[in-house]
Amino acid sequence: MAEILDILASATFWAAVIRIATPLVLATLGELVCERAGVLNLGIEGIMVAGAFAGWFAVWSGAGLWGGVATAFATGMAFGLLHALLVVPLGLSQHVVGLGVTLLATAAASYTYRLALPQVTSPPRIAPFEPLALPGLADLPLIGPVLMVQTPLTWAAFATAAAVALVLARTPLGLALRAAGENPAAVEAQGLSVTGLRIGAVMAGSGLMAVGGAFLTLSAFNAFFFEMVNGRGWIAIALVVFGAWAPGRAVLGALLFAAFDALQIRLQQTALGAALPYQIFLMAPFLLSILALVVMSRRAAVPAALMVPYRRGER
Amino acid sequence: MTGQGAATREVLRLEGITRAFGPVRANDGIDFALAEGEIVALLGENGAGKTTLMNILFGHYAADAGRVTVFGRPLPPGRPGAALAAGVGMVHQHFTLADHLTVAENIVLGTVSLWRPGLGLAAAAARIATLARDFGLAVDPAARVGGLSVGERQRVEILKALYRDARILILDEPTAVLTPQESEALFATLRRMVARGLSIIFISHKLKEVLAVADRVVVLRQGRVAGAMATAGTDRARLAELMVGAALPEARIAPAAAPGPAILRLAAVSTAPAGAGPGLAGVDLVLRAGTITAIAGVSGNGQAALAALVAGLARPRAGRLVLDGAEPASWGPRQALAAGIGRIPEDRHREGAVADFDLVENAILERYPALTRAGLLSWRAARRWAGRIIAAYDVRTPSAALPARLLSGGNLQKLILGRVLEAGPRIILACQPSRGLDVGATAFVHGRLVAARDGGAAVLLVSEDLDEILGLADAVHVMSRGRLSPAFRRGQASAADLGLWMSGEAFAEEPHAA
Amino acid sequence: MRLEPIARPSAARLFGLPLAALAATLAIGAALVLAAGGAPLAVFGLILEGAAGSRFALLETLNRATPLIFTGLAVAVAFRARLWNIGAEGQLYLGALATAVLGTGALAGWPAAGLLAALARAAAAVGAAALLGPALLKTRLGVDEVVTTLLLNFVILLLVSMLLEGVLKDPRAMGWPQSARLLPEARLPRIVAGLRLHWGFLLALAAALAVWFVEARTAFGYEMRAVGLNARAAAYAGIPVGRVIARTAVLSGGLAALAGFSEVAGLRGNLTLALSPGFGYTGIIVAMLALLHPLGVVLAAVFVAGIFVGADAMSRAAGVPSYIADLLLATALLAMVPALMFTRYRLAWG
Repeated sequence: MAEILDILASATFWAAVIRIATPLVLATLGELVCERAGVLNLGIEGIMVAGAFAGWFAVWSGAGLWGGVATAFATGMAFGLLHALLVVPLGLSQHVVGLGVTLLATAAASYTYRLALPQVTSPPRIAPFEPLALPGLADLPLIGPVLMVQTPLTWAAFATAAAVALVLARTPLGLALRAAGENPAAVEAQGLSVTGLRIGAVMAGSGLMAVGGAFLTLSAFNAFFFEMVNGRGWIAIALVVFGAWAPGRAVLGALLFAAFDALQIRLQQTALGAALPYQIFLMAPFLLSILALVVMSRRAAVPAALMVPYRRGER
Repeated sequence: MTGQGAATREVLRLEGITRAFGPVRANDGIDFALAEGEIVALLGENGAGKTTLMNILFGHYAADAGRVTVFGRPLPPGRPGAALAAGVGMVHQHFTLADHLTVAENIVLGTVSLWRPGLGLAAAAARIATLARDFGLAVDPAARVGGLSVGERQRVEILKALYRDARILILDEPTAVLTPQESEALFATLRRMVARGLSIIFISHKLKEVLAVADRVVVLRQGRVAGAMATAGTDRARLAELMVGAALPEARIAPAAAPGPAILRLAAVSTAPAGAGPGLAGVDLVLRAGTITAIAGVSGNGQAALAALVAGLARPRAGRLVLDGAEPASWGPRQALAAGIGRIPEDRHREGAVADFDLVENAILERYPALTRAGLLSWRAARRWAGRIIAAYDVRTPSAALPARLLSGGNLQKLILGRVLEAGPRIILACQPSRGLDVGATAFVHGRLVAARDGGAAVLLVSEDLDEILGLADAVHVMSRGRLSPAFRRGQASAADLGLWMSGEAFAEEPHAA
Repeated sequence: MRLEPIARPSAARLFGLPLAALAATLAIGAALVLAAGGAPLAVFGLILEGAAGSRFALLETLNRATPLIFTGLAVAVAFRARLWNIGAEGQLYLGALATAVLGTGALAGWPAAGLLAALARAAAAVGAAALLGPALLKTRLGVDEVVTTLLLNFVILLLVSMLLEGVLKDPRAMGWPQSARLLPEARLPRIVAGLRLHWGFLLALAAALAVWFVEARTAFGYEMRAVGLNARAAAYAGIPVGRVIARTAVLSGGLAALAGFSEVAGLRGNLTLALSPGFGYTGIIVAMLALLHPLGVVLAAVFVAGIFVGADAMSRAAGVPSYIADLLLATALLAMVPALMFTRYRLAWG
């Protein structure tokens, strides 16, 4: 118990929490934007892989780090467009197409990686984002040491969260997106295009997911590994439910989840970790996500038109 | 009335509108004009082409031929926003509101550029309040739509159009969800609008209200204009003939010989809310053999809960359900079917049929356990059963292997009717059995229900169509907010009397369980 | 733009569109090969040859198809009832785990037939239980089964990894995390002595026939399809929707677990973490390409297995990365799904 308290009291622990939360925040926001507009995006896992690869590949090929982020975003948008075209105007099964997009994006990343680096055994490294040294940050009490080690991409992720929350709640665009997820007929009756709104939302959301993946290669690590996304996309889908489709609560969920993840990593180094197989600790995040889904299921405020294709003139 | 003067200018013109869906000409060379400050009724049966015409005006479909002119300017076809921008507002029969959003959000949606930084809800709320006051459409802009009554939602829909400065308002079957008294209030609002120079298209298939509210009437039949005239110079019989294409046959249904014994009895039953409406609140009801008992009422007042209870989808939360003098030990769809309750669901597409099943598979939905031996389903027996229904109930289909989604509404309803009646039910639950059907199919369904009654079945008819109820029922109850009025025997109560009960005013006290 | 249903689609539409989807897949495949500096026709030839060019290649393809038939069937029955089981991978590993636990000595002394039947049954039971949980969470609490089954895959894989490094670890494996080898009588025999194809393949074919029979002829199959196509109408008609979904889960989870049983008892003889290169996920593609038809699953599984086996062989010979197989299959899936929809609907403008 004392060990856990020690861990919780350390700045490095909280710095790790924020770092671990970053890709989840981006991916969860991306999925949330899709789902608020009425589209489930199971392509998320693959889009994150593709984003992780595309971002890294761009930087490795000579682009700047922000160029890598932009490449990842564009890659995500492209896969988002594919998903959206199949499920929005054509109304195909969002489950099947989403899984297909995950398979396609993952395979595309692997194939391109192998094409570019046929003989490489250990993945080539890039110089990742450095911590953002904002003036005066290090001097802040308590949170200073936690924040001063975070990279610009982390700052961008949390700023994006605030922006998404603001846009959804306070702007005509956000209102239109929410309405498209609640009752598309209401949107169409007011002269807006449900198809356009949904396609746009899925593309933007997929871009965010891909940047979430790129955080792994451009900030958390410095190379691309095939298995590096490792279920984070699926966890993000659970976090959207856990956050009851509200950006603020979803971010909170991601932080909570990251705290557990950081804790289990550290607990592995303790006496408890020596006594238990490490797999138990690795399982915890997944079991926790399932538990979160079960707990939240009763209260969930699902967008009424989620997964309901809209066909104009039909009711 | 207004709008009769020669000085009024034309605000809307539809010329030669033609639109085909496959072999069906939904609109065939329709001409229609609307002048400033007048109310024109668009009258027609289901399937006459009213909805298609409005969908074309609204750009949901493009016409194959013809053109639309609004305030002298041609409207580009197939662009949903164009009619809105030109000042045409529409109140759809099925409201297009998002329940989780507030009244103001629903109204503001789409009225400002998507890329503007703020919504400006405060200013919008003030404007909504002004409009509401001017036109008698009281509603709280900050309320969530999900919590509003049907009447309030309709007001929100009208406010949506007014907020956009619509000069032409189209109302699609607006009274279907209102009590007669609420309808009167709506008509008063419409008159205020035309007094201010707005023009209104009033879509309906109810002759009486068309004559009451409109200045002119245009009758559609099978996609064509069957006639157009001022309401002042016409009457119900003439309009009915134009609408149906022949003089309306006098529906004379003989009353039940003598009420039989009680088969099903509800004693002070309360249930959980069902659908969008409330649950039952202390309902007493007796269904007798050889009797049609009808439940009248505005939709969403507990009819769904009553239907769910009798169909076996819900159980009483309080009170007793007594079948043949005993309370059933367990209650579910299977028990209801076993007790001889045949069920015609309200929503035949979502509850009554599996769209991608063929007619055989749909015909055995309730019966397949009887066709199963040792887990194996006898398809031969299933095809025989389906064939019998298709033949005996005039289901027009090229083959029993046709997916149900390709059947017309009338033929699907006949299949469901056959499925229910061929099982020889003692009690028949018929929910909105003729909704959306043409005159022929309606008469067929009514005839079969009456025949079943004469054969000794107890029929529970749940309907929002007062004419249907007054024509068929031997006894009528009215539902309001989960409560049930006493029974009125045939001829005992007029539509106006029932209206008082429908509005809830005639009930002695407030419901105890809300 | 709208979609209009087609009452009676023409033969050209019914067969032409799926063929067009296949052609589009090949065209994209050709572009990928060109990007890798290969010659498309030669590469496709090598894939075909590697998949079916020799008796050895063909048997390898059928061997690879065996687990895919099981997982494809598992996905097909579940999707039929609109139970989105994405957990076939985990269920497969649980079946393999049960086989390895009971087949390495726990039931020593049993005769071969009884032992194999017991192993298969134990595997199916564990797999069924693994899907029954998410199915009940779905029907009772409304928890989305897509996410729960997906997340369980990770949990199960970690569980297997833990056991392989712990109690199940073969002491003679020199540190590799793998189980001891199965007892000889716990192994599925070869169909023909000397050829690598084992009885698991025949078991898979029998399973496909059995599933087809259940779907087409039994009341349960009818209930399953009704629930999948319109759960509300099914419930109205008195079909016990929750119970049907639970039974479907048992069937689906059991079938997926049999893939694990067949791989351990038939092909490998022990359990490792390399048992499945994603057979559970590939089962989704197999099921979709088969239009969820149980007999179509057999064909689709052989086709998909052929692409994987062929791509492996081609990759060694032509140097195009073998990941092209995954790309081709994902493309085929994403092309086939809209193509099949357009056999029933047409696009109408305005």
